[in-house]
Amino acid sequence: MIYFDKVSKIYSDNLPILEDINFAIEHKEFISLVGQSGAGKTTLLKLLIAEERPTEGKVFFESADIHSLSRKHLTLLRRKIGMVFQDFRLLPNRTVFENVAFAMEVAGREDEDITIDVPQVLELVNLMDKSSSFPHELSGGERQRVSIARAIVNQPDLLIADEPTGNLDPLNTWEIVQILKKINELGTTVLLATHNKGIIDSLGRRVITLEKGRIVRDDKEGRYVL
Amino acid sequence: MFWVKIKRITKSGFVNFWRNGWVSLATVLIMVVTLFVIGSLIFAKTLLSSTLAQIQDKVDISIYFKTDANENDIMALKNSVSKLNEVKEAIYISKDDAIKNFQERHKDNALIVQSLTELGDNPLGAVINIKAKDPSQYEAIAKFLQAEADIEDPGSVIDKINYFQNKNVIDKLTKVINSSKNLGVSLSIVLIIISILVSFNTIRLAIYTARDEISVMRLVGASSKNVTGPFIVEGIMYGVISSVVAVAVFYPFTYWLGPETESFFGGMNIFNYYLSNFISLFFILLSIGVFLGALSSFIAVRRYLKV
Repeated sequence: MIYFDKVSKIYSDNLPILEDINFAIEHKEFISLVGQSGAGKTTLLKLLIAEERPTEGKVFFESADIHSLSRKHLTLLRRKIGMVFQDFRLLPNRTVFENVAFAMEVAGREDEDITIDVPQVLELVNLMDKSSSFPHELSGGERQRVSIARAIVNQPDLLIADEPTGNLDPLNTWEIVQILKKINELGTTVLLATHNKGIIDSLGRRVITLEKGRIVRDDKEGRYVL
Repeated sequence: MFWVKIKRITKSGFVNFWRNGWVSLATVLIMVVTLFVIGSLIFAKTLLSSTLAQIQDKVDISIYFKTDANENDIMALKNSVSKLNEVKEAIYISKDDAIKNFQERHKDNALIVQSLTELGDNPLGAVINIKAKDPSQYEAIAKFLQAEADIEDPGSVIDKINYFQNKNVIDKLTKVINSSKNLGVSLSIVLIIISILVSFNTIRLAIYTARDEISVMRLVGASSKNVTGPFIVEGIMYGVISSVVAVAVFYPFTYWLGPETESFFGGMNIFNYYLSNFISLFFILLSIGVFLGALSSFIAVRRYLKV
């Protein structure tokens, strides 16, 4: 489904952030991407949604080279990828409902679908009672759940989560992980970047370990080893 | 789907405008100032041109004919003068009209009335008053007259042409009128550019505060139109509201200044001008406001669309 082909990323100071990255992601996998801060996890995810361009190599989604897509096709691709960020990135002037509905609106969905799907997704992340609150009225865990709801409401092929639990306490972390597992069980491929040992060990799924910009381990039923 | 999109974009423009209340208020205020400056320049221009027109109207050339001049010769001269391109109008005042006007003007002056009656005969000659389309053209008209009817010739019907007596004054006035027109135009252009830039930058700042939002929208899969649309709607709203406020502010402003301008500039009351040109004034400010708002938003958002 996704294929990284000899990808390198070098920022202006000539130090490679990512070097010679090769790996593939299959449908319905749950992959954890681990590594210390600065190992290149976030850069790798940004390459995947074309927020950054690789210095060398190519990234394929299905058979399309992501970085040679036109802006219009890139927009269409991003609708197939749901993205959850460590800092939530919600639209501050919109309510919970509107934040989730926004993703559907821009995907060109009908109003009837929106009124049916949004409550369902909010139910899934257990936020039905907060649907008319604004992001600044929510706790960190709630905001992250809104962000997950927004990411999955268009039933994406792939859900990318970049340190989704980085700002959360253990209880909220556990809740988020449960939601991600549920989403994966419903058929969405999940790519989770984290440095939380507890999460990785409890998942028992494929783990890719990054160190100084290179892939040092890729285990089918991995644990957090550094 | 097209109408659904339009509806969504318009709605989110309105919602953004309302929920960003303070930013919207500040932007609208700045735009009101801009439109007020532009509107004031429109008023100033009208005042200036009406004043200048009045002054220009007072400038003319008069041809005084000898008292024994033949009326046919006079009419022939009048016809050839009227045919000139530079001439706006040539008014013939006959000997009889001239004396009537004179008597009318001096009817309270017993001495003059008495001396006229004692004189018995009409001492005044006929006059042609000539108005040029532009004050700079009087010289050409005067030259033409000089060539047409040789004044030095004792047989000429013309007694004198007052242009040559008034030449200096007319020249000076022409210069003053032209330079005040030029000054007015350049001053207006500078002021308009400054105020447009201020508005433009205010809108850019308002959108700068939303740059993170714009990148989030892009990452969630919003197309350029989805992102730009609501901001343009917001820009249009700034324009509409600002023009309404600016036009409303002109009501007390001109009401208060109207009598002043009437006495100072002579005859021109800007409050009456405001009332009679209300609709066109409103539409000028409205279209400037809407255009400025929409264009500034469009340019400002484009910067942050590159994600």
